[in-house]
Amino acid sequence: MSQIEITNVSVKFEQKNRTIDAVKDVSLKIEDGEIYGIVGLSGAGKSTLVRTINGLQKPTQGTVMVNGVDITKANKKTLAASRKKIGFIFQNFNLINNRTIGQNIAFALSAGGYPEKKQPEKIIELLSMVGLQDRKDNYPGQLSGGQKQRVGIARALANDPDILLCDEATSALDLETAEEIITILKDINERLHITIVFITHQLEVAKNLFDRVAVMENGEIVEQTTAYKLFADPKSNMAKRLVNRFLDEQLPDEVKYRLRDQPGVILTLKYQGDDSLDPVITEISGRTGVSISILQGRIEYIHSNAIGVLAVFITGGQNAISKAVQLFTEKVDMVEEVSR
Amino acid sequence: MKETIQILQENLGQSLWETFEMVLISGVIGIVLGTLIGLILYYYSNRLFSPRPVVNAVVGFIINAIRSLPFLILMVVLIPFAKLLAGDPYTPMGGAVSLTVAAVPFFARIAESAFAEIDQGIIEAARSTGANFWLIFQEVLFPEALPSLIRGIVLTIISLIGYSAMVGTIGAGGIGNLAIQFGYNRYDTGVLISVIVILVIIVQIIQWIGDWLAVHYTRG
Repeated sequence: MSQIEITNVSVKFEQKNRTIDAVKDVSLKIEDGEIYGIVGLSGAGKSTLVRTINGLQKPTQGTVMVNGVDITKANKKTLAASRKKIGFIFQNFNLINNRTIGQNIAFALSAGGYPEKKQPEKIIELLSMVGLQDRKDNYPGQLSGGQKQRVGIARALANDPDILLCDEATSALDLETAEEIITILKDINERLHITIVFITHQLEVAKNLFDRVAVMENGEIVEQTTAYKLFADPKSNMAKRLVNRFLDEQLPDEVKYRLRDQPGVILTLKYQGDDSLDPVITEISGRTGVSISILQGRIEYIHSNAIGVLAVFITGGQNAISKAVQLFTEKVDMVEEVSR
Repeated sequence: MKETIQILQENLGQSLWETFEMVLISGVIGIVLGTLIGLILYYYSNRLFSPRPVVNAVVGFIINAIRSLPFLILMVVLIPFAKLLAGDPYTPMGGAVSLTVAAVPFFARIAESAFAEIDQGIIEAARSTGANFWLIFQEVLFPEALPSLIRGIVLTIISLIGYSAMVGTIGAGGIGNLAIQFGYNRYDTGVLISVIVILVIIVQIIQWIGDWLAVHYTRG
């Protein structure tokens, strides 16, 4: 049995004149100790879905099993007990503003029934894990965004949870700080063997953090795959959209404008592995007689696996170009002609 | 002038004490009960706790009904009730009854909005720790609402001082009574002006203390 089993879950919100289907018939299984990502645009239903895992949101239909407990049918007491073992990290940190960092964590400890006498020691231990042991007596307003989120993590870990839910935990932070938070989360996952469910609209998070990932669109899961496959071989339209935006395959308009009068085709090539495409280009150029110039190229590493993206401009005779395109299709994972 | 000083010497201490008594009793009960009712209104309207629109509507209606009465009318209507509770309605204790009845719903609305102002995300974070409501009240709702509550307390006390003058005119005593009896009825302008000056000073001091406390409890 998986640690988290979401089965046919739907969430509807009744508004005055209409019903909003925030989550539509979603089924997911998340295994013990993995880092599971849920990606999608904002409004796709990710936040609502993740809240059904700790019962902050009651599903209209379906069941949510966490560690063998049916969260949807749990009574108050069982739900409270389950929540203690499910940490939650928020986009806006949600710390108690008028309480110190130490008191914020003490609150979570008290909620979990941790004896008051032993709390000071545990608070230092938790804050040390996120490198903030000397900020115990500061108020949240005195910390930076990244530091606040680290307090959020320390608070979420207070009751030794086995699951950590992260709702856009890095979206309010700059890239560098987001990386820091991700490193901390990865470390927690490895050292404490805590399952992490991480929802985000930022795909750059996915490439370093996620083991598996689900893509959500309009309340539905449209694709479930591994992090590498999401980038290397996205199947659904939404996944393609997200990945393309991230890999930035779109050529700048300036480049297209510069080439507007020149006959030829622009191709984007995507290939797995970090081998250079130079031999392929030389070979195709030699066999067909076209000339190939490279417009743009980069390599992304997803869990140390490489994905290369290259944009090339091919000029030459009509037939030679067609032949070249066909050869590329045979040798490279994905070939797309860029419309001009 | 001599007469004014004499009147003040004989009556001011007593009047101030009576006003203090009325405001203290009605203020303390009003703030405690008002906070409780405000909390009930908040609890039954927030989707993260226990939304019960019916309870909310009923309590809200009662509060609005009391608040819609002008204080002068409320005071007169409550004379029999004050008699029942305090024995003599024309004493500071009797006056405190109607002041309390006015203060409770007034402060209930202040408390409700002080709680409602708290970021829902903070409540969500508190709920997701599995904490019970009492712990959330102590450690989240109370500290986060405290600055607003303090400002509301200042507002309430200052209003009560004003209303206590009205209670004074029907015989419950207090500094308002002093101003009416000697300043107005006996044309002693000196007494009237003295009372005004004293009231302005008292209200200013309360406002200063309140502002300072509200800032002090708003942390970083």
